[in-house]
Amino acid sequence: MGAAALRVQGLSAGYGPVRALSGVTVEVPEGAVTAVLGGNGAGKSTLLRAISGTLRFHGGAITAGTVEFGGRRLDGRAPARIVAAGIVQVPEGRQVFARMTVADNLRAGSLGAAGGRAAERRARERVLELFPVLAERARQRAGLLSGGEQQMLAMGRALMAAPRLLLLDEPSLGLAPMMAARIADTVREINSQGTSVLLVEQNAALALKVATHAVVLENGAVALSGTASELAASDEVRRRYLGVGHEAGSEDTAAGAAVFAAHADGAPPTLRRWSA
Amino acid sequence: MTVFSELLIIGVSLGSVYALIALGFVIIFKSTEVVNFAHASLLLAGGYAAVQAREHMPFWLALLAGVVAAALLGVALEFLVIRRYRGRDHSVLAIVTIGLDIVLLTELARQIGPDIFSYRDPWGSRLIELGSLTIPQTRVAALITAAALIGIFLLAFRFTSWGVSMRAAAEHRETAALMGIRLGWVSASAWAVAGALAAVAALFLSVFPTTGLDRDTGLVALKAFPAAIIGGLDSTTGALVGGLVVGITEAMATGYQNDLSFLGSGIGELAPYLVMVLVLLARPAGLFGTRELSRV
Ligand SMILES: Nc1ncnc2c1ncn2[C@@H]1O[C@H](COP(=O)(O)OP(=O)(O)OP(=O)(O)O)[C@@H](O)[C@H]1O
Ligand SMILES: [Mg+2]
Repeated sequence: MGAAALRVQGLSAGYGPVRALSGVTVEVPEGAVTAVLGGNGAGKSTLLRAISGTLRFHGGAITAGTVEFGGRRLDGRAPARIVAAGIVQVPEGRQVFARMTVADNLRAGSLGAAGGRAAERRARERVLELFPVLAERARQRAGLLSGGEQQMLAMGRALMAAPRLLLLDEPSLGLAPMMAARIADTVREINSQGTSVLLVEQNAALALKVATHAVVLENGAVALSGTASELAASDEVRRRYLGVGHEAGSEDTAAGAAVFAAHADGAPPTLRRWSA
Repeated sequence: MTVFSELLIIGVSLGSVYALIALGFVIIFKSTEVVNFAHASLLLAGGYAAVQAREHMPFWLALLAGVVAAALLGVALEFLVIRRYRGRDHSVLAIVTIGLDIVLLTELARQIGPDIFSYRDPWGSRLIELGSLTIPQTRVAALITAAALIGIFLLAFRFTSWGVSMRAAAEHRETAALMGIRLGWVSASAWAVAGALAAVAALFLSVFPTTGLDRDTGLVALKAFPAAIIGGLDSTTGALVGGLVVGITEAMATGYQNDLSFLGSGIGELAPYLVMVLVLLARPAGLFGTRELSRV
């Protein structure tokens, strides 16, 4: 394999007494899209927070292991240092600055980047080419955008720092299938322009179409890993995350599959009624 | 009518000075989520530094020295104290600032003693005739200075990178950090700006018709609290409107005190707080605020 751009090794992390990751090892090769799959609470967001240095905002911390990017240790660094090193995260739920205009949101995204005005202008041109709707809405408050547009803004804002590695936390969450497919196309395009991507998704079908490699997290540990096509073909993934198999048809999302699987063994009757 | 117009101008002038203080208070709250009860002592420290410097240098330089001193004190408080409590509950931070206020005020009161210091400012007690109106020059100077500073602040807040980082951090600290914005730098700069604005306010709270700066000047600054709360703790527009409301209310209530004697004397001092209570009853988050004090 080529030089690993991002190398997460033996990473454990927790929130006070809550252990959220144990000994996770993930590699994101330079130039690739790598997917992280897993159900609710598997530790996907925790992994991204550990990489971007924002665990402390949630009262969490890395307890063991290392994060290396291009050979440089990044664990324990401040978020600003990690952005400067070329890693930018798009948070779960988009988190656009709702009271600021679209243009100011993009500007905020460029504040952590080196390179000054000229670099900012180039980044903005690239972002507006990728998401023309952001140019039309430049003067509007970000809070007024639709969910899909907010996801585009969140991604565009992250790209303003011209990252070498983009971390995406469930970009398709809450979007209609059409919009989710469009976001997936955009991820491909961003990647083809030379940015590596670490894509966290519950929508396994979508993620495995975009990614070249994938890992499956379960209870804070890596349960499976391999190339996207290997995982897409594996029985385990097909049954639990792609909703294929004898349970198929009753659930429409991968998230549903994971949750139902968990409930199947001895869920209290009330829960069954809830899910019926 | 003449009396009313004079009172209105004086009220607006006073209000713009309160707005300077309230603005600092609000940007500290927005960027650090700290309700800064040490703001009055920050103001007194800036004023005291300026009158001390005035012994050795011309007025404008002394004022500048006071502004720089208050800004540095603000940064020092943020860096040495507030930063240590990052991530704690907001009420813990508020109590920490009350402690800071007590320490600073005690020390300043000891230094200042019973003395009254004059800025020996260029306006003195001279009056300006505007048609039929007679107004102290200091009030006009206060109005112009405060309006200019507020204008510069708002432009910077809106258009500069500093302003964008302040607003981003105010909206969501974690996401701002994900953009590579340095939150420590943002909050230190908020404390510096707040200190600088407070030091300018100290000047205009101490010049004619007031006799000068004494150890109680900080207490006058407390009127900026109702100003900030009326406007809404997290709104810069609110700080300006709140400042004006408090200034005009105070000037009117003082000016028409004789007609309001049924409310007892000293109503001018009390009126801003009455307005604050009324506003909070109608709008718990203040006129322009989005967050209630109880949720802080
Ligand atoms: N701030 C927090 N404090 C305490 N525990 C937390 C916190 N955030 C997450 N956890 C716990 O850590 C574990 C992993 O959570 P994480 O948010 O990383 O999961 P996830 O895979 O992103 O889930 P989802 O798909 O629902 O977003 C969960 O058990 C969760 O309850
Ligand atoms: Mg998550």
